[in-house]
Amino acid sequence: MIAPIISIRNMHKWYSGVHALRGVSLDINPNEALGLIGDNGAGKSTLINILSGAQTADEGEIEIDGALVNIRNPRDAMDLGIETIYQYNSMVPTMSIARNMFIGREPLKVSLFGIGIMDQQKMRDDSVKAIADVNLHLRSPDALVGELSGGQRQGVAIARAMHFRSRLMILDEPTNHLSVKETAKVIGFVQSLKNQNVTSIFISHNMHHVFECCDRVVAMARGKIVLDKRIEDTSIEEVHEVL
Amino acid sequence: MGANLDFMRKFDYMKRALKVYMEKPELAALVLLVGLIILFQYLSDGVFLNANNLRGILGILPEIGLMVIGVTILMIAGEFDLSVGSVFALMPMTMAVLMADGTPFFFAFVAGMAFALLIGFVNGYLTVKFAIPSFITTLGMLFIARSLTIVISGGFPPLLPNDLPNWLFTVFVGPGHLFRMSFIWFVLIGVAASLMMSRTNFGNWIKATGGFLPAADAMGIPTARVKIAAFMLCSVLAGFAGMLQVLRLGSPLPSIGEGWELQAVAAAVIGGTALNGGVGAVIGGVIGAILIRVIDNGLVLSQVDSNWFKFAIGFLTIFAVVANSWLRKRAKSMKVET
Repeated sequence: MIAPIISIRNMHKWYSGVHALRGVSLDINPNEALGLIGDNGAGKSTLINILSGAQTADEGEIEIDGALVNIRNPRDAMDLGIETIYQYNSMVPTMSIARNMFIGREPLKVSLFGIGIMDQQKMRDDSVKAIADVNLHLRSPDALVGELSGGQRQGVAIARAMHFRSRLMILDEPTNHLSVKETAKVIGFVQSLKNQNVTSIFISHNMHHVFECCDRVVAMARGKIVLDKRIEDTSIEEVHEVL
Repeated sequence: MGANLDFMRKFDYMKRALKVYMEKPELAALVLLVGLIILFQYLSDGVFLNANNLRGILGILPEIGLMVIGVTILMIAGEFDLSVGSVFALMPMTMAVLMADGTPFFFAFVAGMAFALLIGFVNGYLTVKFAIPSFITTLGMLFIARSLTIVISGGFPPLLPNDLPNWLFTVFVGPGHLFRMSFIWFVLIGVAASLMMSRTNFGNWIKATGGFLPAADAMGIPTARVKIAAFMLCSVLAGFAGMLQVLRLGSPLPSIGEGWELQAVAAAVIGGTALNGGVGAVIGGVIGAILIRVIDNGLVLSQVDSNWFKFAIGFLTIFAVVANSWLRKRAKSMKVET
């Protein structure tokens, strides 16, 4: 029995009368690629937002490596090694790749009270390296993110998450709005995470994508987990049925 | 064959350089500025660039210029400030009233700056906290600050004391006494602001906040504080600029700065700052401010009816934005490898 990297215990969330999460508990094991599936409003986004610090739970606990943690904002989550890649991109299109890689975590040459002069050479060099590490080919770290294709952007987002040595990578519908070819590439990224000691949660509407790259599938409906099985123990049909 | 390949590589390099320049939002303004200077020099029979006239332009430039620096940075952060023209008058009026009561210049200066900072904070706090458009909050503040200026002046602008540190702000210095001390302040603050935007992590946060707020939030940037700080910076620069004008004129008129808030926005936009945030540069705003001063002065020298001034500003604002978007589109369609 392996100890889970993250445990969620009895999590509840209300939105002015709507009970969005009804006591969700979930263990995520190290190096696991977990596929999270559910219809709109099933509660999966809420669960993910709580893990990534975008929202806070009304009730419930999160443990990382067995220790109770308090995630109040995105910064807390990132400091705990939880990186999130969002559907609508966590990139600023009007800024360069190098600047995007380090938003909020810029390496500083000198600083006073957290404000200081950025080490731009290091930002460029590290970006080039991080991007090469995920097998993405981009000419210049100075190119604007707005000029990249959707798939390239997700690639840069994944490179960023890898660079900051994330332990848990949350990919929130990363293949939406992507072409077939680019989707295949993102799926490839997710598959390669396991070899790099990264645990991942992959959220998708597309059952085939989940079955292609995940070890385990968790389905949510009406704020609860309704199915939690290893991929080899279930089928697309069975998951469809419980939804 | 080898020579051909070499040529191709050079061509590719030039194309990339061209693309980078075409994407610089301040480019159109710079080209316009050079063109207008040549035109006015010609129309005024060489008077435009003589020392006396330059002295006039460079004497007033810091006042609008400092205001534009603040407005540009705030616009890059994705917000607006329409109250800068009023703060421009309120800050020096606060100082003048305090000095008339016997407060030394330094303490009056600190109080005036603190008041400007407070107004910036209120603008930012209300905008962020209640998620209202800054257009509304600062429009309200435009009236409030102007009203306060007139109220505290008691209707009659107080006399300024005689022992003001003009040597620090308004005396002519430099080669041929070409500019005032205020110009040095303008250059120093302009360089500092420009470096802040391009070199510091705070500048990165401002660009991210205005460029795409959800991403900035998701990456853990304190966007509310970044915006409030930008509002405060904008307000304090406008106040400081107002003080420079009052010291130059020697009297705290309650009506100074009226309409400047829109000129400042125009200058920022002419300089390539995007109205919806994220794009722009301090140098662009500065070029825009210079353009406005050059047009104002050049029209007079060319003996054109000065009522054309606002026409020219309006025309330029629209023209610069159209030119910029055209340039950017052209640059985007240029195929270079990413």
